[in-house]
Amino acid sequence: MSANDTPGLRLVEAGLGTSLQDLGRRHFQRFGISESGALDAPALRLANALLGNEPGTAALEITLSGPVIDIEAERVRLALVGADFPVTLNGQALRCGRSFEAQRGDRLVIGLARQGARAYLAVAGGFAAAPTLGSLSTHSRSRLGGLDGGYLKAGDRLALTPGAAGEGPQLALPALPAPEAAKLRVVLGPQDDFFTDQGIETFLSARYQVSPRADRMGYQVEGPAIAHAKGFNIVSDGIVNGSIQVPGNGQPIVLLADRQTTGGYPKIATVIEADLPILAQLRPGESLGFTAVTADEAEEIVLEARAAQAAREAALVEVGAARRPPAIRALLSADLTAGLARV
Amino acid sequence: MRHNPPPREPTLDRPLELPRFLPAGTGALVVEFGARVDESTSEAVLALDRAVTAAGIEGVIELVPTYRSLLVHFDPAVIRAAALRRRLETLVAHPEAAPREERLWTIPVCYGGACGEDLEAVATLHKLDPQEVVAIHAASDFRVYMIGFAPGFAYLGGLDPRLHTSRRVEPRLRTPARSVSIGGAQSALNPPFELPSGWHLLGQTPVHLWDPRREGDATIGPSLLLPGDRVRLSPVGPEEYRDLCARADAGDPVAQLQIQPRTAEETPA
Repeated sequence: MSANDTPGLRLVEAGLGTSLQDLGRRHFQRFGISESGALDAPALRLANALLGNEPGTAALEITLSGPVIDIEAERVRLALVGADFPVTLNGQALRCGRSFEAQRGDRLVIGLARQGARAYLAVAGGFAAAPTLGSLSTHSRSRLGGLDGGYLKAGDRLALTPGAAGEGPQLALPALPAPEAAKLRVVLGPQDDFFTDQGIETFLSARYQVSPRADRMGYQVEGPAIAHAKGFNIVSDGIVNGSIQVPGNGQPIVLLADRQTTGGYPKIATVIEADLPILAQLRPGESLGFTAVTADEAEEIVLEARAAQAAREAALVEVGAARRPPAIRALLSADLTAGLARV
Repeated sequence: MRHNPPPREPTLDRPLELPRFLPAGTGALVVEFGARVDESTSEAVLALDRAVTAAGIEGVIELVPTYRSLLVHFDPAVIRAAALRRRLETLVAHPEAAPREERLWTIPVCYGGACGEDLEAVATLHKLDPQEVVAIHAASDFRVYMIGFAPGFAYLGGLDPRLHTSRRVEPRLRTPARSVSIGGAQSALNPPFELPSGWHLLGQTPVHLWDPRREGDATIGPSLLLPGDRVRLSPVGPEEYRDLCARADAGDPVAQLQIQPRTAEETPA
């Protein structure tokens, strides 16, 4: 990033796994290019909605432990949506799920997630970086996207799209429904015929635990072994977001955005699109189960979930034009939000 | 869920193995033509790939052709799975003719030594001299079946049966950039970065299998090889290898391309 770029954010500390992500890199999987993109896409979209951005504008995906950021831009509006992270601006606590404004010299500190695993820090107008193959999403294993193909590190500077910081309403999300116990809905197949009936029964009835090997490529989960019916090698075929492959040890791996495009282990089922965000927020040690729906049911569920998401993006609540955190508190204490949705 | 039997098409005037349609969650359908690595299965996959591309079906996002299936990514808000399946069934019944020509690549490979640490072990396993392994591997008539796993990574079929070798029991977490390897009945060419692999490393190629600088180039795209291409390997010594690497790093493809009439037996009339 050259010194001529519009000043934006500077990472003082990068956090555990902070990367630029948008809604992914499509059209190149046939050349072995992983899709990538936000693991919790609805959270990314909401962060962008709070700032009036296009839904797929790239933001920082923050994992478990957040970054410390110095604001170098004259003024910038930001929003953080997703897991419950403690956030302070110049030492004053901010709430997730609403837009806020910061200015040059401010320090934003995002701590350790109290619940959930991932949140998205978006800026009004988006970051100024050159897309690779149509996307800013980072795929660290093949060094694609982001600033230099990797996770962000201390000292990295992220420029803002010139002229986009400007004024805007301060918006908040209506309260989100409480997270449900993680029971992920799956469509069986495409290789469910590689498992015994008992194996499928185990898969659908047991509880599994997220292992420490859970990253953007996939979540290895641990629990009762799933029995194969005819070995565990298939002639390699394509893998989608949410494909659950079961290698020889019988322990399932749910493959996610950074997955390889093809693979040779049988895939017992696929997590439906609507439930991938639940998985993205699970942490190592947390438990989950799988329940089967038919492909037709899954399609209905996914279309309904998308409609609910669109409604959520449209149901933002204006919480005043305040610029600075103290003023936010003043507004709230004056109860100017009465009559609007509870936030 | 158990799979429905494939539909029968009474109007077909020639026998055609009908594929299975399998769901891959929401937003993806697998059209599976078989479970074998063979040229006719691959040709059927590539014919459907061409036909779906040409049809320009609204709602289809991208296609991933593999050894034996076509993965069709789509947006269920634009086209529902049932409607897409009907369109695909029609296209399966009317495959696009294969191109009359094919691409034959000659790709340099530096075998053994620092380039291929498993050459000796593979030779010992098959009771051959290392030089015999090199000669047999380089004389194989390879066909690109699939690009997958990593950017530009090419899966090659056509490995001489004398070199069929079970994969390593312990996969390596990192293998050198540009590796040329064998696993089972296949061979593979790696892009210019390190990757995990359970295959046996015979050599390295200077060629950049993946090079984003070629984006927009009409002849050679970012992925040098495409499914259906033919490949011949040409052994080079370590010094020539270093020179070729330098040229490849500067943007020279260093692979020879010939356009030739198709050699596949399955060429449709």
